[in-house]
Amino acid sequence: MTERKIRVLVAKPGLDGHDRGAKVVARALRDAGMEVIYTGLRQTPVMIAEAALQEDVDAVGISILSGAHMALVPRVIELLKANGQERVKIFLGGIIPDEDVPTLKQMGVAGIYGPGTSTDDIVRDVREAVVDSLTR
Amino acid sequence: MTVTSSILTGDRLALSRLLTQVENGTAEGRAALNSLFPHTGQAHLIGVTGAPGTGKSSLVNQLALYYRRQTTQRVAIVAVDPTSPFTGGALLGDRVRMRDLSGDPDVFIRSMASRGSLGGLAPATAAMAQVFDAAGYEIIFIETVGAGQAEVDIARLAHTTLVVEAPGFGDDIQAIKAGILEIADILVINKADQPGVENTERALRGMLELAHPVRRAFQHHGKMEIVDTPAQSSESLWIPPILRTIAIQSAGFGELAEAITRHREYLRQSGDWSRRERARLEREVEMLIQDTLATRFRAGIQGTYYAEVLGKVFEHQLSPWEAVKILLNGRQT
Repeated sequence: MTERKIRVLVAKPGLDGHDRGAKVVARALRDAGMEVIYTGLRQTPVMIAEAALQEDVDAVGISILSGAHMALVPRVIELLKANGQERVKIFLGGIIPDEDVPTLKQMGVAGIYGPGTSTDDIVRDVREAVVDSLTR
Repeated sequence: MTVTSSILTGDRLALSRLLTQVENGTAEGRAALNSLFPHTGQAHLIGVTGAPGTGKSSLVNQLALYYRRQTTQRVAIVAVDPTSPFTGGALLGDRVRMRDLSGDPDVFIRSMASRGSLGGLAPATAAMAQVFDAAGYEIIFIETVGAGQAEVDIARLAHTTLVVEAPGFGDDIQAIKAGILEIADILVINKADQPGVENTERALRGMLELAHPVRRAFQHHGKMEIVDTPAQSSESLWIPPILRTIAIQSAGFGELAEAITRHREYLRQSGDWSRRERARLEREVEMLIQDTLATRFRAGIQGTYYAEVLGKVFEHQLSPWEAVKILLNGRQT
């Protein structure tokens, strides 16, 4: 039997084209032994939820620098739920103002990371968050 | 509702979860494969291989789009990317080129990490293709890891193998080497708007003209696996066509899809379809025998004894051959 690998979708919704952060995180998760599915730029919430469904991921990492997070993130969460994937953990990175953080966490975002975050912290948080789904 | 009936009725979440089980080789996955197996054997498996950067993913994207626009066939894509040999992690990026397929419920894309396999596919790729086949996907594209010269596992799995080249990727000597070009049922020169396309086509054509029909048989553990015997029916010999495409401009895909259809008809008429299927299934059974015997052997041997014999090999007191003989016979040293 092969060991169960953590599968993470890293997605970049919205119109901003700055994917360096998403790539750095994708690379860090890869180096931590995870299987990272990278979707590329300008994904719609529908595309992200569809990819999460087809890839049967444990977590979705979303990178937003455009300020559209309060519109895009709830939509992704809603679509994941509609597809029966409410157990998928959501992580958010980019430029997220402090005042939005509590609301986003309440919606179910597992972790929010701004510039300067250590990738080790992200790797640790993802591992801890998906422990339950790995034993399912 | 059982997993099997969910798959057969088109539950996409159940399908996705089963693919994970199958990929991980779990008992549930294996049980589902057993009950799904009678429903397999309908799909056309199309392999897509070639060097990194020749445009395999973009080509699959365009071909799948073409099939969805021109036919009612459902399309599955299994895209394999390499696993890091150092960390075991992987970055699966083939979906980046396949965004046009998003939103079509009759297209299912699944990325796979190669997980230590060296032949261009992952250990569970064949089993995943079986799941898609049972789930009613009539066209299954299997995109290999960006392949070098000898990653030819895809030809054992697929009915039709596309080898994708691009201008500027080697000369006529590369073209007559054994390996990846030999397995092509269809040769595709993608990026055909780039300079050097004439040279690439000339080299490939020269290779085909030098070739004469050979029995296609795979050397596998010293045993020949005969897959294809074109020489026996020379009137219906398949000569790989060379086609040009430009994936980013959607150019050349009607001709490519037509060539794939012609190849399927050729396989059906010549009897190669069932010959290939049988060779593939025979190989699968053989691989499973090997795996099962190895597992049984390990379960039946004491770890300390194994380490002791291995230690003698490390000290050059026993050759690896002698060590295996001793371990298998269970003789004390």
